[in-house]
Amino acid sequence: MQIYVCLKHVPDTAANITLKGQADYEAGAVKFVANPYDEYAVEEAVQLVEKDGSGEVVLVTLGPSEAVTTLRSSLAMGATRGLLVKTDEKFCDSKTTARALHAAILQDGSPDLIFTGKVAVDTEGSQTPYRLARLFDLPVANEVSALAINDGSAVAERELGAGNREVLEMKTPCVIGTTKGLNEPRYPKFPDIMKAKKKEIKELALADLDPALDPRPNLGKLEPVPERSGATMMEGSVEESVAQLIRTLKEGKML
Amino acid sequence: MYDDRKYTEENMPKTGILLEVENTELKDINFGLVTAARDTGANEVLAFTTEELGTEAQNDLARYGVSQLIRLRTDSADITSSPDNCAAACVQAAREYGLEYCLGLATAFGRDIFARMAALLDVELAADVLQIDFKAKTAVKSHFSGKTMATVSLQETPGLLTVRPNAISPVEQPATLESSVFQADIQSQAKVAVKEIKTSDDRKMDLTEAPIIITGGRPIGKPENYAMLQECADVLGGAVGASRAAVDAGYAPHSMQVGQTGKTVSPNLYLACGVSGAVQHFAGMKTSKVIVGINKDKDAPIFEKCDYGIVGDMFEVVPALTKALQQEKQG
Ligand SMILES: Cc1cc2nc3c(=O)[nH]c(=O)nc-3n(C[C@H](O)[C@H](O)[C@H](O)COP(=O)(O)OP(=O)(O)OC[C@H]3O[C@@H](n4cnc5c(N)ncnc54)[C@H](O)[C@@H]3O)c2cc1C
Ligand SMILES: Nc1ncnc2c1ncn2[C@@H]1O[C@H](COP(=O)(O)O)[C@@H](O)[C@H]1O
Repeated sequence: MQIYVCLKHVPDTAANITLKGQADYEAGAVKFVANPYDEYAVEEAVQLVEKDGSGEVVLVTLGPSEAVTTLRSSLAMGATRGLLVKTDEKFCDSKTTARALHAAILQDGSPDLIFTGKVAVDTEGSQTPYRLARLFDLPVANEVSALAINDGSAVAERELGAGNREVLEMKTPCVIGTTKGLNEPRYPKFPDIMKAKKKEIKELALADLDPALDPRPNLGKLEPVPERSGATMMEGSVEESVAQLIRTLKEGKML
Repeated sequence: MYDDRKYTEENMPKTGILLEVENTELKDINFGLVTAARDTGANEVLAFTTEELGTEAQNDLARYGVSQLIRLRTDSADITSSPDNCAAACVQAAREYGLEYCLGLATAFGRDIFARMAALLDVELAADVLQIDFKAKTAVKSHFSGKTMATVSLQETPGLLTVRPNAISPVEQPATLESSVFQADIQSQAKVAVKEIKTSDDRKMDLTEAPIIITGGRPIGKPENYAMLQECADVLGGAVGASRAAVDAGYAPHSMQVGQTGKTVSPNLYLACGVSGAVQHFAGMKTSKVIVGINKDKDAPIFEKCDYGIVGDMFEVVPALTKALQQEKQG
């Protein structure tokens, strides 16, 4: 089985984001990791290839040169090799991203399955798997938290809200966007980390892949979210503070 | 904001919205979407739905400013059996009606259909936006799990956006509503088929749609104790959430988790009980209009980042709150 996993190099969600200029941030000051949702994708792909007994899991990233470290740590989860399409644009638009990932995969081989995460936690686009599927003319399901692959078909489940779940059926190859619940991504052990150091990561520049690909960031401004300045405390006994809270909320038309 | 522009019948931007209907009921979260699309009255709003809506729903839509209610139908392909067909019908309607913008809700349904539409049309999609400025052609959305707000531009037509439920408060703005049917002529484009919808037995309001949420953190101690919060939520007309620590401890299902790896919510009122106030929790609820912290530790980080606080044991404060609210209701 030939499986491709799109993996984004993103700031750790616990990191503080220091903004600079109109629409930029200090990337040097931040720890970068694999997009958390993409780890479910890697885990699922590795398990499928392990079960199948043959094939490879190829990780594909569009990102800066530094993304090599993120690819290495994800390769340690058992993926075979990596492809890094290099761009220094931090906020590459989604259309270009999908085209770049499509071109990189197409150039490399023919996918039996393509995995992505459901959303990138930096730009929160929630659309790349759909665009990728369209470019490949393949079926797509996103926010998948349960998956069964049988020869030629896939059955994917997604949460609809209020505890309801949607079961989708499609032919393979297909594009699957993964989310929490699908599996428990493994923590690589030391020997796996050592092994990953020797795994192949092919690097190529975005323009070499396709000169027509021109990232157009669609970002006018980036601002910090104003933090609340601290709570107004309700005082007195439990009954008193509860009464005061209800009064305050009513005055603010929150109740 | 639009005073300096003259809108005539021809140049009044047409915005389409895709309504969310569940069991033939129009969800309340649709009205904020109408307000977002209406934009101080400058836009004409066309509401699309795949289902038949009753007079009450039609009156409600008119009250918030919808002037056309259009039922999407196809003879050639079943809209509800595949999200691909639904998206294809929406795309055709957008073209046919000359929509400048198409707005949906950032719910499981809306996120899926709008991303399919964006792929079909090959236009940009602004996902999960909190504000829209039609005049400046921009929208504001979260970046970096809620740590920053990004202003993105809306350059393509139709402009596709999904709006975070409850982020834009509904404002009444009566219009005269006409209903019609749009017969989409699509070949079946179904690459994925809906095989089944698994419904859960205890039907609760979905967290992302709830106008009020009361969340219990790790100190809730056991699953049964959420009944205390549910009782309070019932009086408030809200839903119950959980922190990740509570979910990981097995006290609540993941569908109840609020935060970076759970749901992103934007209710009018968020009551956090026994929640320390970790950044990952805030990532999922900081756009709530008002946040109340109930914590027994006066130095808990939650108090630094919320609007109102009560220092106390949630097992005393919550029942007292429920009781006081019930008394208010009765008299
Ligand atoms: C990658 C990543 C993703 C994460 N995603 C999420 C997420 O989506 N959502 C999320 O919530 N967390 C998330 N977390 C975890 C987060 O960092 C915190 O660990 C978690 O939110 C803590 O949960 P808590 O506040 O319920 O528990 P605790 O940290 O244990 O805090 C309990 C609080 O309750 C107070 N308390 C104790 N007893 C009582 C009582 N009887 N009455 C009133 N107050 C009482 C205590 O003073 C304390 O402040 C994530 C972490 C990581 C690393
Ligand atoms: N630059 C990128 N490199 C590799 N994969 C990406 C990139 N951007 C997005 N993806 C994939 O697409 C998914 C959804 O991203 P998005 O649509 O940007 O929210 C992510 O979880 C990744 O799997």
